[in-house]
Amino acid sequence: MDLTTHYIGLDLKNPIVASASPLSRSLDGLRRIEDAGAGAVVLQSLFEEQIAHESLALDHYLSVGTESHNEALSYFPDADSYDVGPEKYLELIRSGKENISIPIIASLNGVSTGGWTRYASLMEKAGADGIELNMYYLPTNVNVSGAEIEKRYLETLDAVIKSVSIPVAVKLSPYFSSTAHMASCLAREGARAAVLFNRFYQPDFDLEKLEVVPSLEFSRSYDLRLPLHWTAILFGHVPLDLAITTGVHTHFDVLKCMMAGANVVEIASELLHNGLGRIEEILDGVRGWMEEFEYESVRQMHGSMSQLRCPDPGAFERANYMKVLQSFRTPA
Amino acid sequence: MRRQVTIDGNDATAYVAYKTNEVMTIYPITPSSTMGELADAWAAAGDKNIWGNVPLVQEMQSEGGAAGAVHGALQAGALTTTFTASQGLLLMIPNMFKIAGELTSTVFHVAARCIATHALSIFGDHSDIMAARSTGWAILFSDSVQEAMDFALISQAATLKARVPFIHAFDGFRTSHEVRKIEELSVEDIRAMLPQDAVRAHRLRGLSPDRPVLRGSAQNPDVFFQAREACNLYYDAVPGIVEETMQKFGELTGRAYHLFDYYGAPDAERVIVIMGSGAETAQETVDRLLESDEKVGVVIVRLFRPFSVSHLLAVLPATTKSIAVLDRTKEPGAIGEPMYQDVITALSEGLSAGTAPFEKMPHVIGGRYGLSSKEFTPAMVKAVYDELAKSAPKNHFTVGINDDVSFRSLEVDPNFSVETDDVVRAVFWGLGSDGTVGANKNSIKIIGEDTPNYAQGYFVYDSKKSGSMTVSHLRFGPKPIRSPYLVQTANFVAVHQFDFVDRYPVLDTAAKGAIVLLNSPFDKDTVWDNLPKPIQEVIVNRGLSLYVIDALEVARKTGMGGRINGIMQTCFFALSKVMPRDEAIERIKYAIKKSYGKRGEEVVKQNWRAVDETLENLFQVNVPSAVTSTRVVVDAISSKAPDFVRNVTAEIIAGRGDGVPVSAMPVDGTFPTGTAAWEKRNIATEIPVWEENLCIQCGKCVLVCPHAVIRAKLASEADLAGAPDGFKTAPAKWREFADRKYTLQVAVEDCTGCTLCVEVCPAKDKSHAGRKALNMAPQRPLREQGAADWDYFLGIPDLPHHTELIRFNNIKNAQLLQPLFEFSGACSGCGETPYIKLVTQLFGDRSVIANATGCSSIYGGNLPTTPYTTNSAGRGPAWSNSLFEDNAEFGLGIRLSLDMQEGYARTLVEAGRAKIGEELADAILNADQTEESGIHAQRERIEQLKAILATDDSQEAKDLLALSDQLARKTVWIFGGDGWAYDIGYGGLDHVLASGKNVKVLVLDTEVYSNTGGQASKATSRGAVAKFAAGGKTSAKKDLGKMAMAYRSVYVAQIAMGADDAQTLRALREAEAYPGPAIVIAYSHCIAHGIDMAKGLTQQKLAVDSGSWMLYRYDPRLGDEGKNPLHIDSKPASIPLTDYIYSEMRYQMLRKSNPEEAALLLQLRQEDIATRFDEYTRMAVEEPVKA
Repeated sequence: MDLTTHYIGLDLKNPIVASASPLSRSLDGLRRIEDAGAGAVVLQSLFEEQIAHESLALDHYLSVGTESHNEALSYFPDADSYDVGPEKYLELIRSGKENISIPIIASLNGVSTGGWTRYASLMEKAGADGIELNMYYLPTNVNVSGAEIEKRYLETLDAVIKSVSIPVAVKLSPYFSSTAHMASCLAREGARAAVLFNRFYQPDFDLEKLEVVPSLEFSRSYDLRLPLHWTAILFGHVPLDLAITTGVHTHFDVLKCMMAGANVVEIASELLHNGLGRIEEILDGVRGWMEEFEYESVRQMHGSMSQLRCPDPGAFERANYMKVLQSFRTPA
Repeated sequence: MRRQVTIDGNDATAYVAYKTNEVMTIYPITPSSTMGELADAWAAAGDKNIWGNVPLVQEMQSEGGAAGAVHGALQAGALTTTFTASQGLLLMIPNMFKIAGELTSTVFHVAARCIATHALSIFGDHSDIMAARSTGWAILFSDSVQEAMDFALISQAATLKARVPFIHAFDGFRTSHEVRKIEELSVEDIRAMLPQDAVRAHRLRGLSPDRPVLRGSAQNPDVFFQAREACNLYYDAVPGIVEETMQKFGELTGRAYHLFDYYGAPDAERVIVIMGSGAETAQETVDRLLESDEKVGVVIVRLFRPFSVSHLLAVLPATTKSIAVLDRTKEPGAIGEPMYQDVITALSEGLSAGTAPFEKMPHVIGGRYGLSSKEFTPAMVKAVYDELAKSAPKNHFTVGINDDVSFRSLEVDPNFSVETDDVVRAVFWGLGSDGTVGANKNSIKIIGEDTPNYAQGYFVYDSKKSGSMTVSHLRFGPKPIRSPYLVQTANFVAVHQFDFVDRYPVLDTAAKGAIVLLNSPFDKDTVWDNLPKPIQEVIVNRGLSLYVIDALEVARKTGMGGRINGIMQTCFFALSKVMPRDEAIERIKYAIKKSYGKRGEEVVKQNWRAVDETLENLFQVNVPSAVTSTRVVVDAISSKAPDFVRNVTAEIIAGRGDGVPVSAMPVDGTFPTGTAAWEKRNIATEIPVWEENLCIQCGKCVLVCPHAVIRAKLASEADLAGAPDGFKTAPAKWREFADRKYTLQVAVEDCTGCTLCVEVCPAKDKSHAGRKALNMAPQRPLREQGAADWDYFLGIPDLPHHTELIRFNNIKNAQLLQPLFEFSGACSGCGETPYIKLVTQLFGDRSVIANATGCSSIYGGNLPTTPYTTNSAGRGPAWSNSLFEDNAEFGLGIRLSLDMQEGYARTLVEAGRAKIGEELADAILNADQTEESGIHAQRERIEQLKAILATDDSQEAKDLLALSDQLARKTVWIFGGDGWAYDIGYGGLDHVLASGKNVKVLVLDTEVYSNTGGQASKATSRGAVAKFAAGGKTSAKKDLGKMAMAYRSVYVAQIAMGADDAQTLRALREAEAYPGPAIVIAYSHCIAHGIDMAKGLTQQKLAVDSGSWMLYRYDPRLGDEGKNPLHIDSKPASIPLTDYIYSEMRYQMLRKSNPEEAALLLQLRQEDIATRFDEYTRMAVEEPVKA
């Protein structure tokens, strides 16, 4: 049974990629991911804002209250060095490359152009096999148009691509006016893949305390629908590899993704919730299903259910939406 | 080639001490703490001494402990040192006698500081050194930062040769904290100076079972005396050894020192003898006086012990007619101060032996100067020389103060100055929080290390921890600077906070034609009209050039917040022309990179942005030729204030304390309480504003306010009859007071703007959830109305504490009690003061407080004002501070005293029944004072008793009248921080708890020595980075509560107001009511935790929710009832420990600097928490054992 796949120029032994999660924060975690059978691993994002924030916070708390009172000119010893830059992250890439053989894809989060994009080059130097540019940005400014946001995305991508020679994938939000057009623009700028989709931070409310409560919930298989839909639409229409990163929990989900046109699936919630052993279980499920339905390789099914190749392309269009609505009947 | 470095005296000393020692025991005490901190940090970084080893640096529990450990380390043969000052040196004295008696080579480096007498003072004088002069230690005194480095080495070398231990001393603050450009001794210099054979000999004298000896015997009358005299030859040799060592040092470095150095006219007739930094001032003054051919000179004493008569006599000119010996100490009752007596004795011996350079005894007078870092200026030196010229000079004089009581002070000419134009003299007025001092230290480094100029900086801070003001005094010039006193006339004055122009005499020091830089919200065209008249007058009359920049706006635009340091620093370089402008900016940027680079690129970029945007916002003001303003500076103190406050306190607040005469000061250190209320500081830019319609009247804001600036009362219609327009009230949500109005008011002029009240407020607008019942708003527009409201509010009667309508056993009710601790100088958002305030609300009118030295004694008792206050009956806490180490014992003593006096009063009542009346006597003697109503009733009985006694002339009646107040219940509170309770005072605390006496201990546990800048204590939790634990604290926090519980007769509670305020209240009430010793350990968030102080209560909750801080109450009375005395009030950990600790920089630092160690300590910490919770849970379910 051939589970191998090809993604952003990398040959993977299977399409399951361990997505960015606390599981890949350490070398030990990377080893365990490889041992669990993943085809590749995406590291947690190096956040532009986080690096700046940590640096400023460190400075603030080491400075606040200093030189204000005779007896306490400072409150902390000042260490010789602090890990406030990307060094720890880069070290993880370096040690990962020395110790594991599956591809390591670094993830870089930021939305502005500027000095931080040089981190991409540092990731490459550290040995990353590819970069996933995590375009996590919540456009809350009412004066900024969608076109401006798209322009900013493309400029950022351009800056990163110009600084590296390793492949760059772009992790996207689902909230573009024209996702297909945006994907096409990304391809034109040199992206090698689109990763669908970023899950935005969606806080909850505490009704009694009238507080906004941070919450990050695990995805469910149902969440697969959105990326599955768009993967199926984009496959073959844009010259990009495709990765699905939300809602992949079972071997059925993996099979659907492959058929929609994904080159790989990125899994995090399922592994965090049920352990790394799920990788092998899912792969077993894929193998068993393929055996039962006489598939020889995952490549064989790649894009088979995409809009381009499926038996009913209209199923992805507005007409189908109308059909679904009309089929609904109020329960008696 | 030696490096030129710009450092302070502590740094200079610690550098040599570290290089030349193997073991260092440390303990924090101002102003020497920095030396220990540096040693610890260098050891943590792996820096090595000259033998290639990293010295072992060990923090101890007290200076007594440090000295003991030094003694041990020396006895075992290691080169060992310690650093201390003042009370710390006193605690070392017993060991110092031993170390000297055993002829042991060591140097203690002492930043000489005042010893507490009528008051504590952290500042410099020689009283500590003089107190140690009988220990048998050599005393070598440095005058300056350079000498501090040089003498650290000379003393180390000399002690090894001489075997006599040395105190190496220098003036606290003036030298320890003055930054100067000096030449750094190289490691080769240090190696060259140290006699390696003597080092080996020292090691070989160490105790070893391989060559066993006994040292420290007990001796009898037959031989002790002889044995004591056996060391004489060693002492005789010391002067020669020091002289020889100084000579070698001079040959090596070019800096020649002698035991006594003479400076001045070879044919001087008037000579001053002086030791310490004042000697530099004297030399400067001599230079000026020599210009007018005055026959003056100065003898600088360097080796004070052993005092070499011959060396002194050798330097005195034969022409000497009169000598003034200046001592920086006071020895009441002595014929004169120590050095005065020494000099007279030396001269007398010299004359007797025929070794004096003169045939007739010069006229010798002694004087005191500079106590507690009192300024010592050239004008004062001149005053002394002038006095010496008189036919009958005043002996035992003082200089620098106005003694209008015993008339011992000398007149000083305020206009005499020796400052020269080749020195740039700059004064900067700033806030602690705006980074002014940091920037100035940086400027000194730039000028000192990047130009051929010499540089000096000294920094004056006020005694408040919130809104504190700083004044920086900088000098730069082509010649070495020897001016250890504040800048007297400045050619550059920078005022970094605009409102200072109305509060302080900021331009008093401005020289004619000086440049004035003002951080102003007003632009160059409007600023003039916004300056008060006195400031305009100085600018016009002295022809000053005025420049303005809106530095806060530049800082805001560049993301710097309130830190305007780099911006103002750039302006200084641009205007002062100390170096070319572009070069200066380049240097500033380089310095920023060097200072902040390791904190991350963004920090550097942000600071650079601020520098880049500065100069385009700097403008010169076109100063009119005449004064236009009519605005005068209004005295900050109300005319309604008591005389003492107006005449004395107000002067100190206004920065004119140096002019307060002796007659104005209490003779015994006793001060009135309640004076903080008169100082309106107006330091908050934003204050809380009450939305009465949203408020649920829960009282949490009142509870948590660290400065008691937000308070609630229930007012009747009559109470509100004259309320100002806009005075806010709401119907009271009390069933018992349905007819009253609730009013919550903010002391807008006293608030520090910490926002804790807003954070804790649970009431939210249902239509606008972001709006609470308290919201912050700019203070300035609300100031007048707020002040009027507050004034009126204070006049509304407080609910009587003894009311039986409600009980003050919940937060909602307790908020109505008047705080008797208000407006302290504690940090904005302080985590300690809410506990103290609550104690005063509940029990303040019957409390005597013994307060350990530390933060709580500084914000509690540091002049100018006193935050402890009285209620309408004139009662309130009586407060006193003894020492750091003895506070539990001090409190116990108070308890014993009160008990004794109460007992005697009861005896007198019993004996006087006939006169007092049986009924009243019985009522007094059998009074139940467990509740407030009972105490109130007893006080009323005492008033009746006093009325009866007033007409009785018998001795018994007079005695009883004097003691009658003791018949009402008194509570003794013992306050202190964890440094006291866990470390230095633990032995005493343990004893006091074991005594069974009725004392109440409140431990304000910040888990570090907060007051001295965050050194680790045994309360510091594992994994936290603190000074003295720069690599992270590796051991677990001491469980003080459990240790106290072991007695089974002590009430013990652990509380955290931010986690459970009801439990806090309950524990304090139970502790106070417990008829025996009680200890309450209160989690106190602190600026030294590296947190946003506005979130202090959240941090407390996180500490509890993570299991890191358990809440519990242990009440032995329950054991007596057959119940388990221990009640755990907090739940097992419900959040990951990391959610708590990594929200605080003290823990984050280790993760960022040493992640592996952080991970290890985190794991151990988790085990600590789990183990402790298991143990406590088991204890709480065990069968009780009766106390």
